[in-house]
Amino acid sequence: MISILAFYLFATLTIASAIAVIFARNPVHSVLWLILAFFNAAGLMLLVGAEFIAMLVVIVYVGAVAVLFLFVVMMLDIDFASLRSGFNRNLPFGIIIALVLLAEIVIALFAHQAGPAFAGAPVAAAQPNIVALGQLLYSRYLFAFELAGLILLVAMVGAIVLTHRSRRDTRPQKVWKQVARRPDEAIHNANPGVGEGMKL
Amino acid sequence: MLFAGTPIVIGLGHYITVAAILFTIGVLGIFLNRRNVILMLMAIELILLAVNINLVAFSAYLGDLTGQVLAMFVLTVAAAEAAIGLAILVIFFRRRGSIAVDDVNRMHG
Repeated sequence: MISILAFYLFATLTIASAIAVIFARNPVHSVLWLILAFFNAAGLMLLVGAEFIAMLVVIVYVGAVAVLFLFVVMMLDIDFASLRSGFNRNLPFGIIIALVLLAEIVIALFAHQAGPAFAGAPVAAAQPNIVALGQLLYSRYLFAFELAGLILLVAMVGAIVLTHRSRRDTRPQKVWKQVARRPDEAIHNANPGVGEGMKL
Repeated sequence: MLFAGTPIVIGLGHYITVAAILFTIGVLGIFLNRRNVILMLMAIELILLAVNINLVAFSAYLGDLTGQVLAMFVLTVAAAEAAIGLAILVIFFRRRGSIAVDDVNRMHG
């Protein structure tokens, strides 16, 4: 009973906040509605027992992606009012297209015939969700997992390379000069006797 | 009893319907905000969220953990896509002073 109510609560809030994301006038409000949608989607995933994915959605989407969006929206000085021109012109046609798409998906959903279930990695009942997921991830899907890490590395390097700019008015360190340095050219400690340290 | 009569069981169909509605809202968002790249990226995030809900629902329905592993990879790709997209957006804004994308038709370097 409680889980049914929780499902309808989470589903309604997810859809309502998703609608608010695309119709909000202020992009900061859009990002905040997006965060609410992510939280409620995490609740939906929690209801079917996917605890790890739910927490991952909260951490990755809310903690990283939404904060990145918020940062960019607030950092750039963008005139958002001018970007909304054409919104009302597109609205009727867009809603027609969306309804057609939704009808197609729903018809395809309820018209299909499911084939025999293929159990690739059945859930062991005794194990917690995160234990089972970790064992699967580090054995069968190890290469895909490392590939995902590689994608993240490429994204990180790409984002830094794209947004980094070298400024003229700073004095950065000269790496080549430091690498080419040899010990016999450097200043070193000496211990000369009295009266022998310096020639005039 | 709130739901008298036949007992309501939340099944796969409920979850897929929610995900389908979320996907449609995302597509509508891309269609409506044709000039605003930030909102287009947010709509793409909504679409990927719908995909994730679908994967997790099927994973629970079939009793197969592969769906949740795939949901993790979708999450990874979504995070990478957001980072690269916003980086491109930042340098585009630096160069042009606006993010109106309907007149982006030249790649001058």
